[in-house]
Amino acid sequence: MMIDHPLLGPRDAQEFTYLGDASLIDRPDWQAEDAVDQFHDYLYLRDNPAGEHRELWFHEVGDRSWLVVTRNTLTHQITSVELARDVARSRGRSK
Amino acid sequence: MSQKNRLPGGQIDRSQNLDFTFDGKRFTGHPGDTLASALMANGVRLMGRSFKYHRPRGVLTSGSEEPNALVELRSGARQEPNTRATTAELFDGLEARSQNRWPSLTFDAMAVNDRFSNFLTAGFYYKTFMWPAAFWEKLYEPIIRKAAGLGSLSLEEDPDSYDKGYLHCDLLIVGAGPAGLSAALTAGRSGARVILADEDFAMGGRLNAETFAIDDTAGAEWAAAAVAELHGMNNVRLMPRTTVIGGFDHGIYGAVERVSDHLPTPAPGKSRQILWRVYTRRALLCAGAIERPIAFANNDRPGILLAGAMRAYANRWAATPAQKVAVFTNNDDGHRTARDLMAKGVRVAAVIDVRPDAPRIADCELLAGAQVIDTSGRLGLSFVKLRQADGSERIIECGALGVSGGWNPNVHLTCHQRGRPAWNPAISAFVPGTDLPQGQSVAGAAAGAFSTHAALRSGAEQAAAILGDLGIKPDKARLPRAEDAPVNIQPFWHVTEGRGRAWLDQQNDVTVKDVKLAHQENFRSVEHLKRYTTLGMATDQGKTSNMGGLAIMAELAGKSIPGVGTTIFRPPYTPVAMGTLGGRARGAHFHPVRETPSHIWAREQGAVFVEAGNWLRAQWFPRPGETHWRQSVDREVRAVRGSVGVCDVTTLGKIDVQGTDAAAFLNKVYANGFAKLAVGKTRYGLMLREDGIVMDDGTTARLAEDHFVMTTTTANAVPVYRHLEFVRQCLFPDMDVQLISTTEAWAQYAVAGPNARKLLQKIVDPGFDISNEAFPFMACGAVTICGGLRARLFRISFSGELAYEIAVPTRYGDALIRRLMAAGEEFDVTPYGTEALGVMRIEKGHAAGNELNGTTTALNLRMGRMVSKKKDAIGSTLSERAGLNTPDALALVGFLPKLPEEKVTAGGHLMNREGPLDAKHDQGYVTSACYSPILNSHIGIGYLKSGSERMGERLRLVSPLTGQNIEVEVVSAHFVDPEGDRLRA
Repeated sequence: MMIDHPLLGPRDAQEFTYLGDASLIDRPDWQAEDAVDQFHDYLYLRDNPAGEHRELWFHEVGDRSWLVVTRNTLTHQITSVELARDVARSRGRSK
Repeated sequence: MSQKNRLPGGQIDRSQNLDFTFDGKRFTGHPGDTLASALMANGVRLMGRSFKYHRPRGVLTSGSEEPNALVELRSGARQEPNTRATTAELFDGLEARSQNRWPSLTFDAMAVNDRFSNFLTAGFYYKTFMWPAAFWEKLYEPIIRKAAGLGSLSLEEDPDSYDKGYLHCDLLIVGAGPAGLSAALTAGRSGARVILADEDFAMGGRLNAETFAIDDTAGAEWAAAAVAELHGMNNVRLMPRTTVIGGFDHGIYGAVERVSDHLPTPAPGKSRQILWRVYTRRALLCAGAIERPIAFANNDRPGILLAGAMRAYANRWAATPAQKVAVFTNNDDGHRTARDLMAKGVRVAAVIDVRPDAPRIADCELLAGAQVIDTSGRLGLSFVKLRQADGSERIIECGALGVSGGWNPNVHLTCHQRGRPAWNPAISAFVPGTDLPQGQSVAGAAAGAFSTHAALRSGAEQAAAILGDLGIKPDKARLPRAEDAPVNIQPFWHVTEGRGRAWLDQQNDVTVKDVKLAHQENFRSVEHLKRYTTLGMATDQGKTSNMGGLAIMAELAGKSIPGVGTTIFRPPYTPVAMGTLGGRARGAHFHPVRETPSHIWAREQGAVFVEAGNWLRAQWFPRPGETHWRQSVDREVRAVRGSVGVCDVTTLGKIDVQGTDAAAFLNKVYANGFAKLAVGKTRYGLMLREDGIVMDDGTTARLAEDHFVMTTTTANAVPVYRHLEFVRQCLFPDMDVQLISTTEAWAQYAVAGPNARKLLQKIVDPGFDISNEAFPFMACGAVTICGGLRARLFRISFSGELAYEIAVPTRYGDALIRRLMAAGEEFDVTPYGTEALGVMRIEKGHAAGNELNGTTTALNLRMGRMVSKKKDAIGSTLSERAGLNTPDALALVGFLPKLPEEKVTAGGHLMNREGPLDAKHDQGYVTSACYSPILNSHIGIGYLKSGSERMGERLRLVSPLTGQNIEVEVVSAHFVDPEGDRLRA
């Protein structure tokens, strides 16, 4: 597979390690009333779509960027690659 | 033996003789020959025995689709089984042997299987060897394996090397026949970066095997001129002897180049084969078509081959399987074989065409509406028996029969991404479907365009279309003139009349009857048919046989052929040697190791090494007279605790953390607090996974307000770094913090023992005060040593002694260990390895990898209170889950055996002194154990239910694995210096 790195252009998937669902960016608020439940769902409950999937890849033998890759799990077609940092910011994460 | 079946002409170099042997007999051929063509020219028809029934078999094809002529090449360490004689290029001195026969190819004792064929039909393994189950492993399988093997291995190490390589191109063209050459000329002349790969050693594809003219020259000559023109283009890479074995995601193709298979031994510095990974913007498949046979009774006799192959042997290699031949066909193309062989002076007895209205194409007897119903001849064809159109029988004498059932476009690579081919009734064959792999197009016979003109045109057109997509202006050259014969075919798969078996898959010995049996027993889906009969499961993957099997299943099921469908095509296209896939990753290169800065010095000391996280670390340093590792390790431990020792700890992961938010970041990744750590101080940090389990631990030093140096365990250096980057980029993207791994940048040594300070004072430059008052326990800072070399000094202790770790830039690591040893001579400084390190940390009750085993919580480590509840850190929320905080949770404690000489077994389980010894009553387990030369006793640490409250209790340590069952006493895990006076000294 090839991943079109937003900064470096197309790179072989062998340069990356895979983590999983990009929903791991949405880490719950530790001070919420039901924080334990929220963390449980955050950590253990995942969708397993046959089709488009947003997932985290780490450019481990490259520039060490975490990327959010949108990949079709049936065809391996990749429709978008974003810097995870940009995605995290757009989802309201900061410090 | 003379080349009695050699014909005039052909693309062989008769000026040179190549001597070779087959089963010990000497023969002669010429450059340009394959092993198969040379054997055929020498009158050899019998080339192998079949897999199951040991039937005598000859060559069926002239290419890589060959099911029968599998031979063993070379001898000694280079012996190579299951090589197709049809693709093996002849060289002087080649040794070849037939396979799967004993004692000889002409008399094979195992041919007795053929007599029992009624018992060996489809599914016979499943039916016969069911009972008793115990017989399978010991009796049935060894017998079957011995009987069913094909070639044999030398069991010696392969002396040749194999490489892997990477290529990039705008356009990869697979196949250099008329379509591929036409496409390559169009793309090459336009300036695109082109790779043209062909599995054959001579490019040209069918142009080399046919007599067609292109413009006013012979096809083979036109091909040679095209190759010469392409050869002169810098933007075109020609790759003959290269098979594209698979199409993978996003335009990546795998290819195997046989660099040296055609030579007795590889040239110096050259590999035997190269596995290429080809990154393409676009790919054009011009893989041609593969002819399919017609099944009839006893159609596997040596001398019966595909009509197109017979023509190829005559035209390209000037060889014929016999001086008198016949042709059996259902289409016009078969007639060309008769015409071409007659032109070479071979007698053609008749063309037998199943079509009643067959046209007369060759100037010989035409038997329209006739069918072959049987054959005869010992170890080779002598006669064919026909049913003629008028119903009469007739016997024709001939030594070879060319069979043509039509041509199948070679769609293999179009299906590697789960694409499915589509049925084209006009040519009665599957053609590539619409769901082609990303970036792939198809041209020529592979797309069902069978005439030379159609191949040339579609190659040029497809190339032009691809260039347009890539934004390259295509060259517009005139298309050369060539034949444009239509496909005239009447679908015909097997002759129903006849008493003998009609073979479909000759390599796996599958007959028409086997397919009928599968249907009868309800194995009707193509995937079931394949597995039940083993049709298409041999090394040729049924390239010549699958279609016939599908057609017969369709007939039996009353379905159309596309209604039955095809099985899935998977890479590799042809078999690939394991050595090629392994490449250079052999021996020491299979698993490279990393060496520490003191490695050369340690080797000089005779150190015994152990692998840890890919690093080679000194395990202990034996001294003369020491005969057991325990003697060395005990001595090293006593020396450290008695005076001073030095240990290379470079392998621990080091991560530089900098930025105004560095402290806030560490507060997120460590469960305990780091915000208030003073500059010049070091702190132990406990890192949790988000689920509350301990991920790693280590010390982190604050070198400046905005600068920390974190250490990780050796094994977790990479995953911890990855995790930190995840936290930084994905969870807290606005923190001002930067990370870099500096594990390899610093050589680091632990200097431990009561004399550690005295030793270091001789090394550290006088301007730096490292007295206990100025540089107390857990202090850290930048210093210079040995007269100006920058270094970092940390007063941390894993051993429990007064200890430091000193780090210098890696290139000074070797010099520093030598300097430390020289300076420490007066203290009898002792190098110690990982074993002594391990003993001392167990004596001190420090957790390591055995304790941080992926199930451990801070509470288990008795560090529960370190998990700050006042801040948010990774894992802190879920570490509060009730299930991880039960009153009887495991806690880290120490164990002393009742008798000091009794060994404590790591992995052993703890049981109450009274009560049953079973898993249900398990109390915990030992994680680490050693002999303590300080306590003069074996000791252990481990996890015990409610461990903190059970000090002094006596338990049983049970290890069913070693048969151990001893009494131990629960003690504090801190065996040595529990108050920590020594490390603060």
